[in-house]
Amino acid sequence: MKFSVKTWSKSNGTTARTGVFQLGNCPQIETPALLLSTRKGLPHFISPDLLPSLPLPDSSLLHVSPLHFMEGISSKTISSIGGLHKMLGLHDFGFVAVARDSIQCLPECSATNKIGASFETPCGRLLIKPADYMRLISSLRPNLWATLADEVPAWVSKKRNQTSVDRTAGGVAFGAIVGGSDIEERRRCAQEVVKRNVSGYWIGGFGFGESTDERPALLSAVIGSLPKDGPRLISGLGLPEEVLQGVAAGIDLFDSSYIYHLTIGGFALTFPLHNKIYVSDLKKTGMGIYQTKINLKATVYRKDATPIVESCCCYTCQNHTKAYINHLLNVHEMLAQILLEIHNTHHYLGFFRSIREAIKEGRFEQFREMFIEKRRNHLAEVAVSA
Amino acid sequence: MALRFEVLGRFNRARAARLTLPHFVSQTPLFMPVGTQGTIKGLTTNQLEEIGCQIILGNTYHLALRPTSELIDELGGLHKFMNWPRAMLTDSGGFQMVSLLHLADITEKGVTFQSPVDGKPMLLTPEESIQIQNRIGADIIMALDDVVKTTITGPRIEEAMYRTLRWIDRCIAAHKKPNEQNLFGIVQGGLDPVLRDICVRGLVERNLPGYAIGGLAGGEDKDSFWRVVAQCTALLPEDKPRYVMGVGYPLDIVVCSALGADLYDCVYPTRTARFGTALVPEGVLKLKHKAMAEDTRPIDPTCSCMVCKNYTRAYIHCLVTKDAMGSQLLSYHNLHYMLQLSRDLHSSIIEERFPDFVRGFLQKMVNAECECSRKERDS
Repeated sequence: MKFSVKTWSKSNGTTARTGVFQLGNCPQIETPALLLSTRKGLPHFISPDLLPSLPLPDSSLLHVSPLHFMEGISSKTISSIGGLHKMLGLHDFGFVAVARDSIQCLPECSATNKIGASFETPCGRLLIKPADYMRLISSLRPNLWATLADEVPAWVSKKRNQTSVDRTAGGVAFGAIVGGSDIEERRRCAQEVVKRNVSGYWIGGFGFGESTDERPALLSAVIGSLPKDGPRLISGLGLPEEVLQGVAAGIDLFDSSYIYHLTIGGFALTFPLHNKIYVSDLKKTGMGIYQTKINLKATVYRKDATPIVESCCCYTCQNHTKAYINHLLNVHEMLAQILLEIHNTHHYLGFFRSIREAIKEGRFEQFREMFIEKRRNHLAEVAVSA
Repeated sequence: MALRFEVLGRFNRARAARLTLPHFVSQTPLFMPVGTQGTIKGLTTNQLEEIGCQIILGNTYHLALRPTSELIDELGGLHKFMNWPRAMLTDSGGFQMVSLLHLADITEKGVTFQSPVDGKPMLLTPEESIQIQNRIGADIIMALDDVVKTTITGPRIEEAMYRTLRWIDRCIAAHKKPNEQNLFGIVQGGLDPVLRDICVRGLVERNLPGYAIGGLAGGEDKDSFWRVVAQCTALLPEDKPRYVMGVGYPLDIVVCSALGADLYDCVYPTRTARFGTALVPEGVLKLKHKAMAEDTRPIDPTCSCMVCKNYTRAYIHCLVTKDAMGSQLLSYHNLHYMLQLSRDLHSSIIEERFPDFVRGFLQKMVNAECECSRKERDS
């Protein structure tokens, strides 16, 4: 793995940065970057022959949950196939293993104990011992992996929080940072992890009900304790606003179930990606009609023969209309999810590109403010009209 | 007539042909995958082209319900609606009504059925079926026929055959786009050679662009099925395509091609894929089976498809019937298998090695079957 920071945000009050990140045979990727969510190592609905249609190299980082392989295939078989890259036929992709997938496999802290970390999974509640996890990791051979963490949600008590940190930092060598909603615990955990020989930092325990307002302080407590030269990966921040919050704090890599959830709900991302369109759009149309996404199940799209986003160059927008996707959703055809995951992934990778450009051009804060402002105005409008 | 059918090679009754349709020049024998609701389940149109699909099917009944033929027409036809550049075929809608709806009643006027939307009785006439298919815009459209189960006997078979013949004239009269769409007639008559004979002759008199052999693949024994196909292909004109409806087992396609049939359709390859079964030269491979969990070979080591080049049986095993990707990958492989079989049939006839190809095909299947029963006996 190689990582180096290229630019630091010049705006005040932000530690946003861009960098270059490289894993194994995977081409060099610019950060902040998105790890694509997968099910058993492949994107949920995008088969491997369709993957090259996504923007490269941006789409080369995949998040894999080792828990997906707890049943159906043994570690021994995965080893004999030769690990994830060979098993999935994706030799030039970077695999990042993080236990939770934020979809079906979620940490279940009430059942986590000294022996292992507990997760709710499609095969029931599983107690994963560090040794089991390590066995999985060594058979999967991901390019990067986060240590098994004891993630606790925001509402657990301080005492419980303390045990979480001890268990995670103790005896493990790779950097999972937890600590719930307690700033001191977060800092303590980060400091403990930094002492270990780790090549990067995984920040867990977010996206479990903490408020947006308390997040910046928690993030800066963690980031402030980390050395500047290591890559920082976070789980659980997926919405555009959350990503912007993470980037502002200095996060480099995001694993996110946002696209999956949009896709399953029949939504397509539509927000403008480039700042220029952004500004003129704002003036021309007023703030009212601004939407981040559209619901393609809505009957207004029944006869809409235009693509989701006119200027989008993804496979879906180049080949299909809103009317067709509306029909596919109506009749519960799998192709709807395939086309939506392609578009949404393409669009969200574009969002990350815009973020990087904004940081490089020293206008990240303006970019972020404008995005949030427009979003807020839109929501207000919706609330008024409702 | 909006097609050209040129026989390029023959072996006895088998033929390899070039079928030129408004949207595509296809090669026969050919399997046509079924895309019921304007999509082949789990595959993009790009993938279908890559696999080598040349003609795909749409189901009139489903499309007329959603998104409706009027909407498809307004948006420029089904080709444009689903962005499929190659050829397409739609059925008449009659079969679905009979097979999916309990309360379908067939009279001289047409098929009366209960609307799945509001439960009211509705009537599909031959005229209406053609109007709907004209709006959908497929390269090949099918006449509304009176379908009866092959396992039924008695006067109902005869009635259905004669009615099918009467309806063909109403279909021809209702067909508004004979220069853009080809109306195929359907031979009925159950397993009765006399009725089949009357029906074929009646249809051939109408000089249609192509003919289908219907009412088969519904549970009759193989001998009766093959005998009817053999009889019909012998009577049908040499210079028109022949389509055996609802046939999708690889073995049936090979046998029917040897008997002189050209086109086939069936949901089997994609449906069985969704249930976790792969088509292989030896027959079928059930990926759900426990033994697959440790099998690190590809589904079919002789297959050149994207799935077989990249994935082990063990990995597919952990996907099937649990994750969408399992259906997607197996559907891809199974359609690739069917289209490869179509290409092999075509080229082996052209290259005058059809008997060798058929022998090899049968040998693999039979050997595998013997091995299977030996294992069963030993265990």
